[in-house]
Amino acid sequence: MTTASTSIDAVAVRGLPARHAGLARSTVTVTRRALLRYVRTPQLIVMATIQMSMFFLIYRYLFGGAIHVAGIPYVDFLVPGFVATGVLFSGIGAAVATAEDVEQGFVDRLRSLPIPRSSVLTARAIADTAILTLACAVTIGIAFAVGFRLHGSLLGGLAAFGLVIVFGFAFEWVFVTLGLFAGNGQAAQAMGMIVFPFAFISSAYVPVASMPVWLRAVAEHQPLTYMVDSVRALTLGSHAQAVLGHPASYFLTPALAWTFAILALFLPLAVAKYRRG
Amino acid sequence: MTPAIEAHGLKKRYGKTQALDGLDLIAESGQVVAVLGPNGAGKTTFIRAVATLLRLDQGTLRVAGHDIGRDPGAVRGSIGLAGQFAAVEPAMSGRENLEMIACLFGQTRRTARRSADAVLEQLGLRDPADLLVRTYSGGMRRRLDLGASLVGTPRLLLLDEPTTGLDPRSRLELWEAIRRLVGGGTDVLLTTQYLDEADHLADQIVIVDQGRAVATGTPAELKARIGGSVIELHVRFLRDVGRAAQVLDGFGGFRVQIDESTRRISARVEAGGEQLMRAMQTVTAAGLELEDIALRQPNLDEVFLALTGQPTQAKPTQDRAAQAA
Repeated sequence: MTTASTSIDAVAVRGLPARHAGLARSTVTVTRRALLRYVRTPQLIVMATIQMSMFFLIYRYLFGGAIHVAGIPYVDFLVPGFVATGVLFSGIGAAVATAEDVEQGFVDRLRSLPIPRSSVLTARAIADTAILTLACAVTIGIAFAVGFRLHGSLLGGLAAFGLVIVFGFAFEWVFVTLGLFAGNGQAAQAMGMIVFPFAFISSAYVPVASMPVWLRAVAEHQPLTYMVDSVRALTLGSHAQAVLGHPASYFLTPALAWTFAILALFLPLAVAKYRRG
Repeated sequence: MTPAIEAHGLKKRYGKTQALDGLDLIAESGQVVAVLGPNGAGKTTFIRAVATLLRLDQGTLRVAGHDIGRDPGAVRGSIGLAGQFAAVEPAMSGRENLEMIACLFGQTRRTARRSADAVLEQLGLRDPADLLVRTYSGGMRRRLDLGASLVGTPRLLLLDEPTTGLDPRSRLELWEAIRRLVGGGTDVLLTTQYLDEADHLADQIVIVDQGRAVATGTPAELKARIGGSVIELHVRFLRDVGRAAQVLDGFGGFRVQIDESTRRISARVEAGGEQLMRAMQTVTAAGLELEDIALRQPNLDEVFLALTGQPTQAKPTQDRAAQAA
């Protein structure tokens, strides 16, 4: 037990070459902090879960009866779309968390530490992807509880889940970049609203064919539509051709191309912004 | 020992603003150096440069003997940063925060625990150590923030306006903590807009204005530099402030400073004793009632005004001034 007078000097000798935490150790430490922050802020989890469930149930039960999808129950159409766009909405939280870190000087502190620069953003991405995976799992749990069923194989279903996480990881960098540029939590929240047109003007909640011509034109070529439909196709298995008009591969290729493009643009952007300060 | 900081000709521009415009500064080892200046003077830009948080446009900067451009990692290993915003995680306890930072400095888990313990003890945060930081008061968070900058046993501590926004009691507690640190041998660089803070804490003051160092010296040296004395009148009635100012205006040719809230009027003068007598006579003749009349050394307020031609911020305020310096 050190006493006050010996205090800091007892712990290390000043003037020795500075020690640094390596990439692995620093990434783990910073990731742990991000996860603890989430887990110990119950309002975040509870609010997000309640909101998500509320909207899901509204779509499933309130609108579900009115929206007609050929060949399958609406809930089976809805769930892949809902889960995939859930990625976007959860990303707003990541943007806000990043912006708050900037605002509160936490990013400054981390940048002034002798840790590898890449560890901080890597930690952010890992933590947010973990949180996203959890949120997806919860959503899917609720989905099964209200009648969602896989039409394809279990493997297809797992692949669909994995695909959602991959998309989430790519979008994460968009939101981290947003958060770094926003400067404070509220601005990040406001910027996050850009998610809405992407989520809704897509095949997530309704078949694109049911939209007016001018909206359909946008929806058909939007990255989200390809992503949602590729996830949906995997859950539909052999029914994909019948319901969506194309096999899974038709959607998968552009979806992955978009994913790669998003990563290629936003990952370096986020890193550059973080380094520049 | 190598100086803590050696800065020559630092320049940094942000858009249209030249935040640093050829700043020179040497901070010797074993000292508290205060960088004093109004908002916009370049203080925060300078300290951020030292903390490797930004890239300079021009100039050379060595921190603890390491060149900032060539060896930023070594610089980061020698410094501890504490800023205006308490950069600690509210969802973790005080101890967890400190252990986390210690880990990031490469300490083993056991060493990290000891470092955290030592710092918590030193800053009087032993009792609330295991409570979540979100339950801490503002002053406690600032102290923990200070602790986070110490846990890696830095050679040089960088404090960016450490008491901005704190209530008077927390300010004093933080000053006390800083003084104890210096006693323990840590070099300190702090930026401040509060003259009393620089006066109380610093061994060396560097006055900056518009991105340049305009004066350097100990508090006593700076006060002596502008020479002369100050006559200060403390009138009884607020209505007399204007006339008292007129009285002093005739002396010395220096600008009269008026503080209506305390009813004090002051002006620098050259030859002290004689001027004081004349002032008393003139004031009496004018029929003004005085609480007090004094002849004193210039304070840093007046030093600053004399050296930069601008008045500074008067008193510390309760609300955070979210202004870049």
